[in-house]
Amino acid sequence: MQVNHRYFPHTKKDIEEMLTIIGKNKVEELFESIPKSKLLNEELDLPSSLNELDLYKKLEDIGNLNKRLVSFLGAGAYDNYTPSAVKAIASRQEFLTSYTPYQAEISQGTLQYIFEFQSLVCELTQMDASNASMYDGATATVEAIFMAVAHTKREKVLIANTINPNTLEVIKTYLKYKNIEIVLVESTNFLVSLDDLKQKLDSDIAAFVLQTPNFYGYLEDIDVKDLLEANKSLYIVNAPLCDLAVLKSPGEMKADIACGEAQSMGLSLSFGGPYLGYLACKNFLLRKLPGRIVGLTNDIEGRRAFVLTLQAREQHIKREKASSNICSNQSLMALQVLLYAMLMGKNGLVNYSYDSFNKAHYFYNELLKLDNFKKVTDNEFFKEFVVMYTGDIEKLNNELLNNNILGGLNLEKISNELKNQMLLCINYTKTKEEIDNFINIVRGIK
Amino acid sequence: MSEVRKDLKYLDTHEWVKLDGNIATIGISDYAQHSLGDIVYLELNQVGDKVSYKKSFAAIESVKAASDINSPVTGIVVEVNESLMDTPELINEDAYSAWLIKVEITDESSLSGLLNAEEYTTICK
Amino acid sequence: MYDKLIFEIKDKDIVEKSNFTEKYNINKKYLREDLDLPNLSEVDVVRHYTNLSLKNYGVDQGLYPLGSCTMKYNPKINETVASMDNFVKVHPMQPTSTTQGALKVYYETSKLLSSLTGMSEFTFNPFAGAHGEAVGLMIIKEYFIKKNDLKRNKIIIPDSAHGTNPASCNVVGFETIEIKSNSNGLVDLEALKAVLDDTVAAIMLTNPNTVGIFEKDILEISALVHNNGSLLYYDGANLNAILGVARPADMGFDVMHINLHKTFSTPHGGGGPGSGPVGVVSKLTKYLPNPRVVYENGKYEFFKTKDSIGSISSFYGNFSVVLKAYTYILALGKENIMNVGKLAVLNANYIKEALKEDYLLAIDSTCMHEVVFDGLKDKTATTLEVAKRLLDYGYHPPTIYFPLLFHQALMIEPTETESKDTLDSFISVMKRIAEEARNSNELLKDAPHNTTVRRLDEVKAARNPILKYKDIKI
Repeated sequence: MQVNHRYFPHTKKDIEEMLTIIGKNKVEELFESIPKSKLLNEELDLPSSLNELDLYKKLEDIGNLNKRLVSFLGAGAYDNYTPSAVKAIASRQEFLTSYTPYQAEISQGTLQYIFEFQSLVCELTQMDASNASMYDGATATVEAIFMAVAHTKREKVLIANTINPNTLEVIKTYLKYKNIEIVLVESTNFLVSLDDLKQKLDSDIAAFVLQTPNFYGYLEDIDVKDLLEANKSLYIVNAPLCDLAVLKSPGEMKADIACGEAQSMGLSLSFGGPYLGYLACKNFLLRKLPGRIVGLTNDIEGRRAFVLTLQAREQHIKREKASSNICSNQSLMALQVLLYAMLMGKNGLVNYSYDSFNKAHYFYNELLKLDNFKKVTDNEFFKEFVVMYTGDIEKLNNELLNNNILGGLNLEKISNELKNQMLLCINYTKTKEEIDNFINIVRGIK
Repeated sequence: MSEVRKDLKYLDTHEWVKLDGNIATIGISDYAQHSLGDIVYLELNQVGDKVSYKKSFAAIESVKAASDINSPVTGIVVEVNESLMDTPELINEDAYSAWLIKVEITDESSLSGLLNAEEYTTICK
Repeated sequence: MYDKLIFEIKDKDIVEKSNFTEKYNINKKYLREDLDLPNLSEVDVVRHYTNLSLKNYGVDQGLYPLGSCTMKYNPKINETVASMDNFVKVHPMQPTSTTQGALKVYYETSKLLSSLTGMSEFTFNPFAGAHGEAVGLMIIKEYFIKKNDLKRNKIIIPDSAHGTNPASCNVVGFETIEIKSNSNGLVDLEALKAVLDDTVAAIMLTNPNTVGIFEKDILEISALVHNNGSLLYYDGANLNAILGVARPADMGFDVMHINLHKTFSTPHGGGGPGSGPVGVVSKLTKYLPNPRVVYENGKYEFFKTKDSIGSISSFYGNFSVVLKAYTYILALGKENIMNVGKLAVLNANYIKEALKEDYLLAIDSTCMHEVVFDGLKDKTATTLEVAKRLLDYGYHPPTIYFPLLFHQALMIEPTETESKDTLDSFISVMKRIAEEARNSNELLKDAPHNTTVRRLDEVKAARNPILKYKDIKI
């Protein structure tokens, strides 16, 4: 058997020696337990191997079929500038190529950064405990709902209809297979209706899920804790993690569970993934928190150390009784979010948040000065907002595209009631020049 | 060799029960605490809750295992050993004095299904 | 040894401001009270995390013989490609005319994986293996719902299965029936026949199984299950054993998931991000999660089907992980990918032969890509002690205490990217540890001795959970 690829370190002689020790003549003899008729004996329909130079060029060509745009769209995925030190640290082989930290003695690096990540999430959300991260914001919200269902033993959940539609679609899929009913709470003027919530709150409701800032960018201002508590329902708040640098935390809102997407905390757009979900809760729910959790302990010589703990909650012990099947987290993404937060520091996170806020409001005000843009609401927004466009949104976005700009989301795609309205986003990554350029381009469109 | 107390009755899922008139005191056996290892967490139900023969009423966790605890009798919980939830390791120390709940029996028919000490010892082998 | 938490480094009060001058007011009621996070210099942060990394162990530095994890070499070209700006800086909701490259990667990788496995189409939306399992089970459920065959609410799982299998069933609302393996660690055909009825939706199998043995009766199992009107699910955790040698669909599997971070060389990242693409035979493609990718009239497009199970991720899964796997398959090409399974199995059998004198072979037959020992033959030390002692020699231990069938289980998977020299070094250390155990060497009892921290008090961590920095101060 001849192997001569750069990823295979065997020589012909090695293979022969090994076969001798094993007592076989050919490697094929090791596969005698596979039904002969099912062994592959012809080459598969695959391309031929490429050396690194050709491989690089091929992927570069494929990359060139993509077009990078200056993004004025958020809707759940945000443009970021990732500081260079994040990449430098996260690409270290000790972090990149290591396994899950089950052998704690040689995984203190991973275990400690997860502990620090948990601490970061708890500080931002003002919750008691966080896990080591989830796949993304949508699946984290699903798990939050499962926690509430397990705790209350109820089978209905109220969800504000101002939640990100993608998140809602994922929740619908999961809950359908578990026969948990979803009841949407209506909104007026892009903010959830307290009256409608009161009407729909009954003794079967496990929890109420609220996203703030909501999908449309608006800040929800509704005090529901007492109402929910009296009904023995849990309060789940979904918030983009980086906005919590300045905005009221789920803890201050008296939520029981905080969940959401952390992508806006320094992770690249990356065509949708990998992103990072977070999930945190009050102490009374700790035993229902899925996923990996790192805890503090010491070793036999008294040194402070970290270890995966509370593993009895997890699938590998609970098996069919586990409330979640999650095995891995998005460890390396958690490290990148943590690095981003520590490199920016409190001051950086706060300043950049206000930067996003100020730029978005500048943009909004400039847009409203144009003939074709009209206000739809006076609600307070953070970095995303809705605006009405009296012209053809598709035509507008095509024109912007010709200028390498990604325009806003045509909200008619979400609902017919939102015809002629679009969702736009500006964050700290945009310069005044880029904003002014957008304004000039649209001003010129008739 | 785990300890089996002669004056108690048992379930094949390793719970013990002491019957005193119509009050049942319930715990987990020495075999159970030994299998679990160091117990780290215990969650019990509340006074007034109903329990049913062979149905789960509580959860117990060790570092490496998680288990439901089943009731040997059908009835209503009248007392809960709340302090045990703070120090569940007492179960490892003496499984037979670390009682979990006391139940007022409402259905005597299932009592005949309980194992005596000899029968239970056979199961532990 | 470096011992600080990031929150214990002295604050530097660094401020970097933007030069944007317009300022707007926000109502205080929306703002938080305070934020207690550090302000550190870049030097502080880089020093801290570099020092943390030195307490870790990556597959770039040495062997990682973890059974069922397939810790193969992570090619660096994968990282280079995944960092190309054209792949990094695209928003998932850009018009598809501007993301043809990304869509091409998804479409082509689906075709490549389909060729390798015999399946019709793959979705890359699941973020990890366990996620893929849940998706595969949802597809199975949807298939029976659409056929109006509503009694089928059970999944058969062998007792050797990985914990995610029954957990995934629970997440999707299936009940599980566990069947005992026979003395060879394989599916017991009689036990299987006894449970097959019209309430069974599917059987979930790993093949080779978690004991590293190929289910030789797979064609009979497949016939029995299909004749029962049920489906077969393939847990792809052990796909590396048969990559390029045989294909799951050819053996009768209808749905499968692959762990790209195992079989297709994407880095484990300390626990993620992974990717768990799900592949199905043609009659099930309409149930795949939304959206899917199609190639029509020279263009790639997203499309949704009404029969789909729905969305299971906000966007399209872990794109850059899929990109790395795609790069890997192209690097190997058809000539070399045919050798992956062969070399992996060769390496595992070599270790099996070399260690079976000292370690008790769980199943005495040719193994596949991993070999399971039931601890030391002479029982002079536990598997835990052997594993911890290995750390002193600079190795990551194999998987321990899994599969549950063997109480002192030690599962070794070298993968195909390890040279004979590396294996020989590992073997000699394992034999040396066996010798130490025989001589009642006290070094095993309290191992490890040479690592940055020694054995940890896991009971304390679980009894009094301290899960964040602020808990420490209390």
